[in-house]
Amino acid sequence: MTKLLQVEGLTKVFGSVRAVDGISFELMEGEILGLLGPNGAGKTTTLQMLLGLTTPTSGSVSIFGLDIKKHRQEILAKANFSSSYISMPFALTVWENLTVFAMLYEVKERKRKITELLKKFEIEELRDVPVRRLSSGQITRVSLAKSLLNDPKVLFLDEPTASLDPDIADKTRSLLQEIKEERGLSILYTSHNMKEVEELCDRVIFMNRGKVVAQGRPEEIMRDFAGSSLDDVFLKIARGKTYG
Amino acid sequence: MNLSRILAYTVRHLYLYKRSLPRLMEIFYWPVLDLLVWGFISIYLMRFKGDLPNFVAFFIGALILWDILFRSQQGISVSFLEDSWSRNLLNVFISPISPAEYVFSLLLVSVLKLIFASVVLVGLAWILYSFNIFTVGMDLIPLVANLIIMGWSVGIVTMSIILRFGQEAEVLAWGIAFLFQPVSAVFYPVSVLPEPLKTIAHFIPASHVFEGLRAVISGGALPLNEILWAAGLNVAYIILAILFFTWNFRTIKKKGLLVKVGE
Ligand SMILES: Nc1ncnc2c1ncn2[C@@H]1O[C@H](COP(=O)(O)OP(=O)(O)O)[C@@H](O)[C@H]1O
Ligand SMILES: [Mg+2]
Repeated sequence: MTKLLQVEGLTKVFGSVRAVDGISFELMEGEILGLLGPNGAGKTTTLQMLLGLTTPTSGSVSIFGLDIKKHRQEILAKANFSSSYISMPFALTVWENLTVFAMLYEVKERKRKITELLKKFEIEELRDVPVRRLSSGQITRVSLAKSLLNDPKVLFLDEPTASLDPDIADKTRSLLQEIKEERGLSILYTSHNMKEVEELCDRVIFMNRGKVVAQGRPEEIMRDFAGSSLDDVFLKIARGKTYG
Repeated sequence: MNLSRILAYTVRHLYLYKRSLPRLMEIFYWPVLDLLVWGFISIYLMRFKGDLPNFVAFFIGALILWDILFRSQQGISVSFLEDSWSRNLLNVFISPISPAEYVFSLLLVSVLKLIFASVVLVGLAWILYSFNIFTVGMDLIPLVANLIIMGWSVGIVTMSIILRFGQEAEVLAWGIAFLFQPVSAVFYPVSVLPEPLKTIAHFIPASHVFEGLRAVISGGALPLNEILWAAGLNVAYIILAILFFTWNFRTIKKKGLLVKVGE
């Protein structure tokens, strides 16, 4: 497997807060990596730095072997992002929104691609509905469809299932799994839902107060922390325990 | 610069106007009301002050041109606000569109909006007051171009400030142009201003444009020095505006504020 993304000594200081504190990790091709940790651990800030939306205080990010500082446009053409905290122009319909983004990514065979994604996320019947009238779960699915428009090689997802009901969340996970297997997509995934992470992620990184406190395969981490589940590990980490 | 990405984002705004009747109305609402009120006031005043020739033409011409400046600025700031309100900016800024391309697409939107509004205004002015702006002739081109570019500078600066300070600064999108109105000498010559304001007016491109407009409407030639002044100031201001935007964008990325826009 080849390295798709490499992060070294990544640090972000906001005033007196060390939001991200010298973290290093990598993401392999075709891997789903979970980024976990309590609120304020620094997960979102990390993702924002990987996307070049926030400038790191120090450290480096390279994606596809390219430095994000110098090759941002090039990298972003082959990457994508979705999150429950962003949305899309409310007045536009689902179809119009996806058309605009397909144009931004210069997608070939735009209509076919959009139709295919609508079907995948089971939102065909919403195609002519303005985003304003969608539920938050439906917006999440449209946003996920958007994030696959450009056939990305790497997908960054910040709590993508936070507003989905268990049924749709489950479907979404299967779909991500399927897409990953179909085309070896790599995913960096943050979530609070430990069951979801156990099911989906090949490997996880636990963060707390800006630092990586554990990383490895879910079962390794459970063993190291003597936890019966990732939930259990999460609680131990959130309450300040470290290895052992 | 990638033209297809710029056009893609212009399409986003065209969809908006296709989808939203209130937004479409907003393009025409204020200018039409202004035109009615100011037009009738000037007709009324004409009855008393017969010695000021072309009174109606002065007012209506100034009004239409002022609206062009206002639209040009507002087209940028409000379009940007639409993205901020719909929490769409992250989608935009993680796509391959560069900040410069994004700004360009907004410039394009602003021009389209002001063309729509102007067509209606020009038509109405002709029907209601028999005022044909095209009597100004080719001189209209440098006058209007200078107003559009001044509007862009103000619009880019406004957008930068909103990006940086969020919701509290949103009111600037509608209000900031009016800050320049008194010193733009829209409805009166610069000569009526008190000395300190005269000096300020000298550095406002629009004041030179409106002086030029009055000269032409009074039947004179377009004063070339006024146009050159306006153009020179505009070149300087648009460069400053772009530098300000770039610097501000870098600051925002340092402070991690892009994620928080619209909150
Ligand atoms: N733009 C910002 N300015 C100042 N502090 C910030 C900013 N963004 C995040 N923080 C702080 O950095 C820390 C990490 O936040 P975040 O990355 O959002 O955590 P998470 O996503 O893991 O919940 C928190 O203490 C948060 O308050
Ligand atoms: Mg977060």
